[in-house]
Amino acid sequence: MNKIWIITKRELRSFFDSLMAYVMVVLFLGFSGFFTWIFGSDIFLVNQASLQSFFGIAFWTLFFFIPAVTMGLLADERRSGTIELLVTKPVSDWQIIIGKFLAAFLLICISLALTLPYYFTVASIGKIDHGAVWMGYLGLLFMSASYISIGLFASSITNNQIVAFLTALFIGIFFHLIFGLVGSSSGGWFAGILNYLSISTHYESMARGVIDSKDVLYFLSIIFLGLIGAELTLTKRNLSN
Amino acid sequence: MQVSVENITKTYGFQKAVDAISFKVNAGEIVGFLGPNGAGKTTTMKIITCFMAPNEGDVKVGGISVLTDAEEVKKHIGYLPETNPLYKDMPVIDYLKFVAEIQGVPRERIRERIIEMVQICGLRSEKYKKISELSKGFQQRVGLAQAMIHDPEVLILDEPTSGLDPNQIVEIRELIKKIGREKTVLLSSHILAEVEATCDRIMIISEGKLVADGTAATLRKQAQNKEIVKVTIEDGERNQIYKALQDIDTVELVDLLPEYTQAFEVQSKADASSRRAIFKICVEKGWTLTEMTPVERKLEEVFRDLTITN
Repeated sequence: MNKIWIITKRELRSFFDSLMAYVMVVLFLGFSGFFTWIFGSDIFLVNQASLQSFFGIAFWTLFFFIPAVTMGLLADERRSGTIELLVTKPVSDWQIIIGKFLAAFLLICISLALTLPYYFTVASIGKIDHGAVWMGYLGLLFMSASYISIGLFASSITNNQIVAFLTALFIGIFFHLIFGLVGSSSGGWFAGILNYLSISTHYESMARGVIDSKDVLYFLSIIFLGLIGAELTLTKRNLSN
Repeated sequence: MQVSVENITKTYGFQKAVDAISFKVNAGEIVGFLGPNGAGKTTTMKIITCFMAPNEGDVKVGGISVLTDAEEVKKHIGYLPETNPLYKDMPVIDYLKFVAEIQGVPRERIRERIIEMVQICGLRSEKYKKISELSKGFQQRVGLAQAMIHDPEVLILDEPTSGLDPNQIVEIRELIKKIGREKTVLLSSHILAEVEATCDRIMIISEGKLVADGTAATLRKQAQNKEIVKVTIEDGERNQIYKALQDIDTVELVDLLPEYTQAFEVQSKADASSRRAIFKICVEKGWTLTEMTPVERKLEEVFRDLTITN
């Protein structure tokens, strides 16, 4: 546990040292703030005391920003060779992976925490469904964790950050959009499977304020698969055969 | 703590990088690993440090196997990889703190260890700079500092002095010698003189196989079991001396050294010495023996002999 936190701390610092964290936070707040308050179907147009428009926007901004956060996590270590240094220290591959995952997750948490004033503002204007807001945030956290884990896997298979970024987007777009689109345009059991695989199905039900163990299980499975994939690629170097 | 490499083999694709190598390095011993590029030095080191697992064989560090308990092994090893990878965007102090923490140095000792490393590796003036701002030599010192920060029992150094200036090389050599009195040190190098100056024992590896193992002196002897002495004999006629030398029983070959008029190189037969006989002849004939020096083969020649294959 302690080892994981040491790795997380270093990763977080390097996010802030390399300006990645500031760029991420500023862009995320800028985009989501602009579309939540000023433009499009913003809160004033909807004219309801709810954060639905924010959750709709964050759904997309996070989809693009998270691969940018995760792309360097392992790819850069592989390119510069520091991975050799890290894995020859007394830490397990799991601890490295989890440490890096937590660092990216904490950065997203910080970004999301900075949008809490939206909630307080709206809550002071009208009668807001508090449960729905917290569930919405929980949904965003689950979704972010899933994309971080996919991004981490993408970062583990290459030395090149751009390749890692694009791979993460490529895998992500299936869960984010394609499964849902194809699912809704086809029918039968196949459509059912695709709809189940689509992140938006699960995210939307949470953003509406409904929590279902099925949704939680779905997100946890994606997170787990991504992390396992990343761990396996890292461990591959020392397989005996 | 003993490092015991047991019959390890590592293949990359079809190529055998390391081919059934076995050796032991004991505590209080500094062993130099020599070999041409691509001989398998770095691969062997990567296997000992648990970066890679061997295809076959096992490595035991202090009796603990790298295959079954890598994490325990890693606690006792300090490793400086060949490329000296570092987190370049971190300041030196923070980087050393990170390594100390991850190596499990007790919290209350971290400060003291960092101060010691900064002093030993001569990083005082650079300690607050970002690693990327340091010159190659200073980066190498940071690499050494991180390898030693947890006071490891076993030190694996892949070309530790590359990129250092001559003064620093001498300092680092002294440091390695000091550490080597109690600890187990395995270092690789291309510079033969360095290995000879620093190491108690030399291992030469070629094409994944261990071709020689011993002290510099034994290696020379191994490659050359015939005594060669250079003699200078004055007060005599050159051809006569030449003939007399050749008539000694134990002498196999006498060479005239063209640049000197009275100097010869005398090679004895295997496992025999002609030095006494040469002296006696000079006494008998009334010549003056002004020089008699054993000719040592350079380690470079030994190295070439052992590693050049057709």
